[in-house]
Amino acid sequence: MSEQGFTQHTGIAAPLDQANVDTDQIIPKQFLTGVTRAGYGKHLFHDWRYLDLEEKEPNPAFALNKPEHKGASLLLARENFGCGSSREHAPWALADFGFKTVIATSFADIFYGNCINNQLVPVALSSEQMDALFAAVKTDPATKITVDLPAQTVSFNDTSFSFDIAEHHKNNLIKGLDAIGQTLELTSAIEAFEDKQPAWL
Amino acid sequence: MAKTLYDKVWQAHIIDQIGEDSLIYIDRHLIHEVTSPQAFAGLNEKGRKVRRPDRTVGTMDHSISTRSLAIDACGPANALQLQTLAKNCEEHGIQLFPVGHQKQGIVHVMGPELGLIQPGMTVVCGDSHTATHGAFGALAFGIGTSQVEHVLATQTLKQSRAKSMLINVNGKLPVGITAKDIILAIIGKIGHAGATGHVIEYAGEAIRGLSMEERMTVCNMSIEAGAKAGLVAPDEKTFAYLEGREYAPKGQDWEDAVAYWKTLYTEEGATFDTVVELEAADIAPQVTWGTNPGQVIGVNTPVPAPEDFSDPIEKESAVKALEYMGLKPGEKLADIAVNHVFIGSCTNGRIEDMRAAAQIAKRGKVADSVTAIVVPGSGNVKRQAEAEGLDKIFIDAGFEWRLPGCSMCLGMNDDKLVAGDRCASTSNRNFEGRQGRGARTHLVSPAMAAAAAITGRFADVRDYQE
Repeated sequence: MSEQGFTQHTGIAAPLDQANVDTDQIIPKQFLTGVTRAGYGKHLFHDWRYLDLEEKEPNPAFALNKPEHKGASLLLARENFGCGSSREHAPWALADFGFKTVIATSFADIFYGNCINNQLVPVALSSEQMDALFAAVKTDPATKITVDLPAQTVSFNDTSFSFDIAEHHKNNLIKGLDAIGQTLELTSAIEAFEDKQPAWL
Repeated sequence: MAKTLYDKVWQAHIIDQIGEDSLIYIDRHLIHEVTSPQAFAGLNEKGRKVRRPDRTVGTMDHSISTRSLAIDACGPANALQLQTLAKNCEEHGIQLFPVGHQKQGIVHVMGPELGLIQPGMTVVCGDSHTATHGAFGALAFGIGTSQVEHVLATQTLKQSRAKSMLINVNGKLPVGITAKDIILAIIGKIGHAGATGHVIEYAGEAIRGLSMEERMTVCNMSIEAGAKAGLVAPDEKTFAYLEGREYAPKGQDWEDAVAYWKTLYTEEGATFDTVVELEAADIAPQVTWGTNPGQVIGVNTPVPAPEDFSDPIEKESAVKALEYMGLKPGEKLADIAVNHVFIGSCTNGRIEDMRAAAQIAKRGKVADSVTAIVVPGSGNVKRQAEAEGLDKIFIDAGFEWRLPGCSMCLGMNDDKLVAGDRCASTSNRNFEGRQGRGARTHLVSPAMAAAAAITGRFADVRDYQE
């Protein structure tokens, strides 16, 4: 787990205007054979991003390939982003590509947790707020968007939206804590629990 | 206050409260080659040990060949991943069932079959279909690799309590309708994200009437409705299934365990955040037409049009799905030709699934235009099927009979489709590219898949009933 904290990030956004983007799309199966966490960014959204299997021919119609979105570090999406497979390779690929945050209408549960564990900040906004963000980026792809995690706001132009995030998720993202290290400090409580477990387990 | 089954299992595993989260104990941790290597690497970097190797069991399933037992049969990257799992299990003293072992299989098939999953347990695995094990009244859910590392190191997870959803499937299941049709009909009703943030309890006469294997099929696809987990309260069928299995309690432990397991039910008057009712009599054999599992219809229902959906997001999704799937609104499924059939996966790779498919397979031959493969879910399923002569039925009918593994459910091995292929598949995801880039997946039950193999298009399996 990363131990670098996230507080605030400003950048331009890539708009992925569709619902139910599943983790098979984010990083397809043929790239899951690795044994490290590194190097998945080049395969991010492979099927949509490339016209060929060898990843030599970018699909010009795909948002991430459009010159105006080059260097995007925020990803905009719609409902149920990250549904499907639990593969943590999905947030690894998004982060490796350069995304710091994903702003969407809603997220699938496992993906959301995986983002928290990888310092990739998942921001959920209402459908209307997402409409406004997509519209701003459509009007001017160079629109600077700021995600302020301590303040729980997304700001662009003269607009600012606040978003909800659980306090402990927020703290973990800001402090970049070692979650395992924290739990290991509770070892005596874990041992006490184990001592009370029935014999058949 | 009256408690739900979920309340009981959840509360029994709380070690400590940390802010809004609970630290919960994990009774069983299943691991496989794809989502564990980075977790072990993380442990090793910090010099941490596996806290409970005795509660951890590994198998090889995703990256393996179904044609060869050779570890490198699918190339060096897959081989390295499999060897890494073997090395990690050896170094940390974890029981592993490798390729070729009788007990090897898809993690969600071999686990229950060995008696590793018991009522009231908490069960995790770095795999979203871990929900399968809820069929035993265990709280079972998929986790990411960082959490796999957390469980390996601490045998615990920090979790927030989910919302609860009760899904009642009322009445008796009609002839020819299977557990797969139930769960697809549920997802069709509540939607692909309909249970996000919830733990589902499946109940009602039709659910109680299901065998353990059928309950596993239902719980397996809880994630396809967005749920964290799915549960069925344990009953006599559960106990009968478990008794005598290798890892099930024995002797006095068995008596004590059953006494506890009998307390695991939702009490009269307990409330749920959401309640959904379905009538079993209304369920037809299901076929997905789109690119998420909620895009599903009865076999005799025409392919829908985008205008049929009032929700703008569903409408937009339908436009995209119809285009990807190469379908037109109003088309009949009976007119849609398939060229591939896949029978297997953690959803439908168990012995009862093999029997259901064989019942149909023996009534004909695989159509010339179709390639059909049958992949048993484990070494034990394979052996049992062969003892019953099911392999011969499949082979005589023109199906390929393969070695156990995840296979074409996700195509991490060489069992994958190419662009334009159309597959009737007993797996769990019809996402774009899931079975191969540009390939089109229709999710169905094993009997429906076998019928599609024979007719070369979708057929109503009820027409094949004797």
